[in-house]
Amino acid sequence: MNFAVLQFPASNCDQDALHVVRNVLGQAGRFVWHKESSLAGFDAVIIPGGFSYGDYLRTGAIARFSPIMEAVRRFAADGGPVLGICNGFQILCEARLLPGALIRNRSLQFRCEHVFVKTTSGDTPFTGKIPAGKIMRVPIAHGEGCYFADDETLQSLQDKGQILWQYCTAQGELTEEANPNGSLRHIAGICNPERNVAGLMPHPERASEAILGSDDGRLIFESLVTWFEARVAKAA
Amino acid sequence: MSDPQITPELVEKHNLTAEEYDRIKNILGREPSYTELGIFSVMWSEHCSYKNTRPLLKTLPTKSPRILVGAGEENAGIVDIGDGLAIAFKIESHNHPSAVEPFQGAATGVGGIIRDIFTMGARPVCAIDSLRFGPITGDAGAVANNRRLFSGVVSGIAHYGNCFGIPTVAGEIYFDKCYEGNPLVNVFCLGVLRREQIARGAAKGIGNPVFYVGPATGRDGLAGAAFASRDLTEESSDRQRGAVQVGDPFMEKLVCEACLELLATGAVAGIQDMGAAGLTCSTCETAARAGTGIEIELALVPQRVPNMTPYEIMLSESQERMLIIVQAGREEEVKRIFDKWDLPSAQIGRVTDTGRMIVKYHGAVVADVPAKKLADEAPIYQREAREPAYFQTVRSFSLTSLPPAPEPGEALRRLLAWPAIASKNWVYRQYDHMVRDGSVGCPGSDAAVIRLKDDSLPMTKGEAVPVTTEKFLALTVDCNAAYVYLNPYEGARIAVAEAARNLACTGAVPLGATDNLNFANPHNPELFWQLRESVRGLGEACLAFDAPITGGNCSLYNQSPAGPIDPTPTIALVGLIDKPEYITTQWFKEEGDVIILLGEVLDDQDPWRGLGGSAWLQSLHGLKTGQPPRLDLEAERRLHTTLRGLIYSGLIRSAHDCSEGGLAVTLAESCISQQIARDTPRLIGAEIDLSFASAETAWVDALLFGECQSRVVVSVASTNAVKVVERAKIMGVPARRIGLVGGNELRLKSASSEYKWPLVELHDLWWNALARAMSD
Repeated sequence: MNFAVLQFPASNCDQDALHVVRNVLGQAGRFVWHKESSLAGFDAVIIPGGFSYGDYLRTGAIARFSPIMEAVRRFAADGGPVLGICNGFQILCEARLLPGALIRNRSLQFRCEHVFVKTTSGDTPFTGKIPAGKIMRVPIAHGEGCYFADDETLQSLQDKGQILWQYCTAQGELTEEANPNGSLRHIAGICNPERNVAGLMPHPERASEAILGSDDGRLIFESLVTWFEARVAKAA
Repeated sequence: MSDPQITPELVEKHNLTAEEYDRIKNILGREPSYTELGIFSVMWSEHCSYKNTRPLLKTLPTKSPRILVGAGEENAGIVDIGDGLAIAFKIESHNHPSAVEPFQGAATGVGGIIRDIFTMGARPVCAIDSLRFGPITGDAGAVANNRRLFSGVVSGIAHYGNCFGIPTVAGEIYFDKCYEGNPLVNVFCLGVLRREQIARGAAKGIGNPVFYVGPATGRDGLAGAAFASRDLTEESSDRQRGAVQVGDPFMEKLVCEACLELLATGAVAGIQDMGAAGLTCSTCETAARAGTGIEIELALVPQRVPNMTPYEIMLSESQERMLIIVQAGREEEVKRIFDKWDLPSAQIGRVTDTGRMIVKYHGAVVADVPAKKLADEAPIYQREAREPAYFQTVRSFSLTSLPPAPEPGEALRRLLAWPAIASKNWVYRQYDHMVRDGSVGCPGSDAAVIRLKDDSLPMTKGEAVPVTTEKFLALTVDCNAAYVYLNPYEGARIAVAEAARNLACTGAVPLGATDNLNFANPHNPELFWQLRESVRGLGEACLAFDAPITGGNCSLYNQSPAGPIDPTPTIALVGLIDKPEYITTQWFKEEGDVIILLGEVLDDQDPWRGLGGSAWLQSLHGLKTGQPPRLDLEAERRLHTTLRGLIYSGLIRSAHDCSEGGLAVTLAESCISQQIARDTPRLIGAEIDLSFASAETAWVDALLFGECQSRVVVSVASTNAVKVVERAKIMGVPARRIGLVGGNELRLKSASSEYKWPLVELHDLWWNALARAMSD
């Protein structure tokens, strides 16, 4: 499986994502510079974390105008899986590939800590391998991770099973204390109605090896690989 | 526009003495121009020239077979870590700017030290920091301002480091009245490279073009180096704001990536960042190092505002700029790479064989100075030193004069909530401490541990040779300045010993050290004595732990109208951990494990019983007096070697050093400091029996809160307890079984009484103390 890891100016989790793709999953992958305009030959796209363009205007607001985003749009329209992590999630929202917006944490401070996250739907390329009821321990690191959308959008997300990940306690309860940024409905990550574009604020690439304290995040990447292998097998 | 007339007043305004001015005239053989006066004033400031400290710094140990680039040679020292790999690291202060504008002052401090590291050709992979502020609790009027400075500095570090994408993995913070109005902000950065990738800040190759890369030059940060070399005054905050730079971490990230990409092409002959003293320092130092000359045309320098004078362009400290000397004929490669990153670059001059730094503006010479004399021949001063009057007073302090203290049960609660001891999670949760996928040991244990892997290295020209063995580094920064104030020599030795002990507790062997000497005005003989004695202590201890100084920074003139700061020689140590299974953390692991104290229970020879200068004396009695605990470097070394040996044998489950707050605080932290996730600590109790220490010799306050040196609390599987005690004793390290892990309380028995503390309560006091203070 061949992964594209997009590089915007001041992406800073790009190397981490590629490290997991190549060295942990043993898959192929390379960086794709934001000025490129094609994603031909890739099987999945990761938009990594960072501070694209310094995030001085609004997180992800400038990155969405990069030439590569047109290619991402086409790649997604053709059913290719796109995963946005942290700043990548913010860019996907700005590009309207995902609904809603990520606004300043309710604490008004940057937060870097491990959180617990539960997966609410196994029916996506990103969640197929995550055991039902599994509570994942993954880190967050963001200043603007509070998921926000109008009631109608939130209801629609819920009804269509597009809320993929929610902040919770170690026991899986959705409590105020377990929500690190004030996200509505405890949303940590969502997908589009077609279920091939997903974004999440936590960093699964920082929790993919036991030596870093947790390898729960690897389940998300392994889901992608399994999904892809099944698709190839089906085509053959 | 004409330059001002040079008068004695103008010379004085440039912080130069009449003698120094005469020396300048001697070097030039004439009166300097206004631009030249500015150039000399910044290059001969303490910040750039070390004119007051150089004789002392020469006494520090700086050699070891591992050192590839030594102290003072380049922007940062470089240490060999084996398998063809090396690390570059350094600590630097940004105290004065942070006092005036905490957010930008701290942010640009981080930016500056990151540039020092990638200038060496290394990829920056982690940062740590050491901070000091005035008290943030209590009713005093200054508390609000201290909190403002504290939160501003933390936000500034977070802003710059998080955006750049460097994990801030460790640090230390103290709060004391002496830092009111003069906070300390010391930031450290570490980078990794292959041995053959070391870049030099030398203008080599006659005729080679000199490039300016990075954002345009503005009027910000004019003469910041000179500002840093003066006392802070009441007017500083208004008058000096223009000397504080504004940082842009986004720009820094691009400049870093572009420079590493350019270095990989082999087109670079020399490279230096424009830090303190900006274009001035980078041009004359690169020429001085190569023994060449340099000629630049200021009209070619990208400028942010119109009508800047040559003086302003030369002295500006605008951030994120680099000077690059390129191999002649390869100019196009520079342009190609910097265009890719949308960064400005301009050829502003060339390397000459004249030995002179010649600065032109629209063709007219505005400065013509011998580069080597400017860079290397600043005046050197042997300052007068005299033992301070207070030294006798603190030495004569006796514990018997103390009023009754709160009983130990309450004392431990208050110590755990004392800001210097309390958990610093309010700070480090604002720093991205996990980016780069290498943070194996996050903030909150004795030392941070990072993993180096392929992408920790800068790119190479061809296909990179993969790194076959992962490497693990441990990092810590320490300095208990109260000890240093009470006895600069002993205090400085203890700072190094504690840092080395922290490394040993994680399973690491020291590789090298970098020091940040934060002191007050060196013209005051009593304050200079503090500096001289501290450096003597630092040198002795660094030698003992095989941790040579690879570079560092001096920050003098740290005093506000309220008085001088306590002498604060912060010391950062970097160590190597050979195997991942050796990495050890401070918290207790399993119920039923045996708790062992390595080191003496009490120092009978110490008249203050380890309570001199202690956190107990400071926080519960409001006293900073007595003498710091005694340190036997030989015993300390034995402890570290023994502990590492036990760790290598797989016998140690947890190890935590005893420092501020003594044995009781160490034990409490071992019970409460493991954090699984947000709002989810793992609490694990302990039952401790210290009744063997007889009540008359072991006064219970000293037993629990005394800060005797050379001690570590370890926990081991019960089946290994006898073996561990025996092995330690054979190695000459006192060892004693003091309790068992288990339960949900910390219970402690002394010869005279028993105490128990519910862990939930202790954790709350310790974990939330800073957040509570800051939300008051």
